[in-house]
Amino acid sequence: MASTEIARQAGEGARAVPLAGHVGFDSMPDQLVNKSVNHGFCFNILCVGETGLGKSTLMDTLFNTKFEGEPTQHNQPGVTLKSNTYELQESNVRLKLTVVNTVGFGDQINKEDSYKSIVEFIDAQFEAYLQEELKIKRTLHSYHDTRIHACLYFIAPTGHSLKSLDLVTMKKLDSKVNIIPIIAKSDAISKSELAKFKIKITSELVSNGVQIYQFPTDDESVAEINSTMNSHLPFAVVGSTEEVKIGNKMVKARQYPWGTVQVENENHCDFVKLREMLIRVNMEDLREQTHTRHYELYRRCKLEEMGFKDTDPDSKPFSLQETYEAKRNEFMGELQKKEEEMRQMFVQRVKEKEAELKEAEKELHEKFDRLKKLHQDEKKKLEEKKKSLDDELNMFKQKKTAAELLQNQAQQAGGSTTLKRDKERKNFF
Amino acid sequence: KSYLGSVLSAMSEAVLPDVMVPPAVGGLYGEKAGGPVVDFSYVGIDAILEQMRRKAMKQGFELNIMVVGQSGLGKSTLMNTLFKSKVSRKSVLATAQEKIPKTIEIKSISHDIEEKGVRMKLTVIDTPGFGDQINNENCWQPIMKFINDQYEAYLQEEININRKKRIPDSRVHCCIYFIPPTGHCLRPLDVEFMRRLSKVVNIVPVIAKADTLTLEERDFFKKKIREELRANGIDVYPQKEFDEDAEDRMINEKIREMIPFAVVGSDQEYQVNGRRLLGRKTKWGTIEVENIAHCEFAYLRDLLIRTHMQNIKDITSSIHYEMYRVRRLNENNTVVTHANGIPEHHLAAHEM
Repeated sequence: MASTEIARQAGEGARAVPLAGHVGFDSMPDQLVNKSVNHGFCFNILCVGETGLGKSTLMDTLFNTKFEGEPTQHNQPGVTLKSNTYELQESNVRLKLTVVNTVGFGDQINKEDSYKSIVEFIDAQFEAYLQEELKIKRTLHSYHDTRIHACLYFIAPTGHSLKSLDLVTMKKLDSKVNIIPIIAKSDAISKSELAKFKIKITSELVSNGVQIYQFPTDDESVAEINSTMNSHLPFAVVGSTEEVKIGNKMVKARQYPWGTVQVENENHCDFVKLREMLIRVNMEDLREQTHTRHYELYRRCKLEEMGFKDTDPDSKPFSLQETYEAKRNEFMGELQKKEEEMRQMFVQRVKEKEAELKEAEKELHEKFDRLKKLHQDEKKKLEEKKKSLDDELNMFKQKKTAAELLQNQAQQAGGSTTLKRDKERKNFF
Repeated sequence: KSYLGSVLSAMSEAVLPDVMVPPAVGGLYGEKAGGPVVDFSYVGIDAILEQMRRKAMKQGFELNIMVVGQSGLGKSTLMNTLFKSKVSRKSVLATAQEKIPKTIEIKSISHDIEEKGVRMKLTVIDTPGFGDQINNENCWQPIMKFINDQYEAYLQEEININRKKRIPDSRVHCCIYFIPPTGHCLRPLDVEFMRRLSKVVNIVPVIAKADTLTLEERDFFKKKIREELRANGIDVYPQKEFDEDAEDRMINEKIREMIPFAVVGSDQEYQVNGRRLLGRKTKWGTIEVENIAHCEFAYLRDLLIRTHMQNIKDITSSIHYEMYRVRRLNENNTVVTHANGIPEHHLAAHEM
């Protein structure tokens, strides 16, 4: 009934057309930005590192706020992840910042499974997003994204090399999240040692095939600064929320008897570089990489695992409908089996209870019979006793009457008054 | 100067030389001799706006507009006027026949346009033959099918296991419906079409060739049209139910009181009062297209391009497309495999 025709010109499919005047769509980026401002942004950082490396302090310093009220309790047996969400605002930008801390990382005697809870946590966030995306009725644009956008890996300032725990953990995480390694508490290392340390770390990461996050160099406006920063990784940071007076200003610093380490002094540490890269230049890219690379990888793996395929080997589109039906039947079968089991168990229990009750009833009957018998025996005994007493009483009466009779005869033969008296006496008797 | 620049200067970050270039390494934060006092409580979260803008400029934008109306209502001219260049199909295809086709055809043509560094891929979808037959029953069907086909294509891409980084967006963002300037009321064809299509796409109705109506006739016509739209439950863009907050509602109410825009299109320039302006020259005067005293073209352009373009695309993707998706995924429950084995999926466990 109708025909559809898509006209395409030379090249990639659209022709370049010059404009004769000002149209006005150059406001599109502004419209896009305004919409995002109204919506608000979210950013999620995961801090992985051993206890005592200053993770919480660094977060406080980066975002200029005191995040947690009390310090974390370090008394759990395994590695737990604690996440806190904060609402920050700067000029007209509202940011929902989530900071996730690993509590107890590296504290165990056997650290083989330390990385597992971290990987599970990251996967759980991807899973939640995937669930939302696959829903029939979904609200993606108002979904609170909890996927981890950046993972700050805190390296202990030993000055020698990476620990094997670090290598193992980073290897497990590099395909799931953007890793930015940082050397924590770097005021413990001297400048010369620091340079050697950084080189050692970088070479170890490369030789073990750990993919850390590279600041993007494809956009000319930031390519230069990003490539410079890439060569400064890992950043050696110092965190502090205390202010010290230097000259005539108050600066964030750590005060020692031999000097003061200023957090925002680039000669003292790389804190400024970290803040620059993490927040001011690449926050959006971190979010995008998380969505287009790490999340897509997770999604692909998850869907393939569940048996969904895009095409069959015969290059015929494999019907996911069939897979779905099969899985559905499987699921229903399982449900039915469970139901049967439960029913069986129920019948069983009822039977047992019935038997128990019958037992009890029988016992009660027996008891009753016993008691009844006892009662009858007692009654019989009492009756016998009564009978014997009655017999005694009768006998006694008989004796009495016989004795009276004798006395009567004796009196008739003797005097009357004495008899009378005796009679009365006997009557009285 | 962009607003970000003004925000930054308000925070005494006078050291930042230019909004687009991030600060040089080590040059700023308080330690260079004679540097200004730096605001230490400034974290830099608002730099994300600049990052977003950079990303958007690099990626470019896409916009797909469909024009629907009888032949001779000035659709091609209006497109050319809106985008100040020859974007309509007629201007491109020199061999385009002027015959009215026997059935409705859907023809789309794409252009890359650029303005001040902002690149846009504009696709204009033309519907020659609409409303031109003697019997116009079901003439909306091929158009609805086209719109749904675009949603379908996007859905197919979205449910792939291996997805593209950026799914190409061919969904129709906006459909401009041309109402002939009869001056009385909407025709049954107009009502039928808009009633059905307003459920799947953003419709922007315009009164075509409005230079044949006087101002009073125009106002009467517009009022009548608005009444009829209301009476038939037709929700045109900007839809009342999608207003996000009070501010939105206020702005959109003003627009809703003005639709449909009475437009005049022209791609010819004439000399008026010493300026070269786009217009139509007649014996009794020159109609200036961009003069709001003459016609409402400027309002239409501002709405579509300068202020609400992003909003139009958002409503298409988060409302119309989502509704299509819900319908589509729900109908899988009763229908078994498609004849051509198109894969669709939704995980069983979640719908139980």
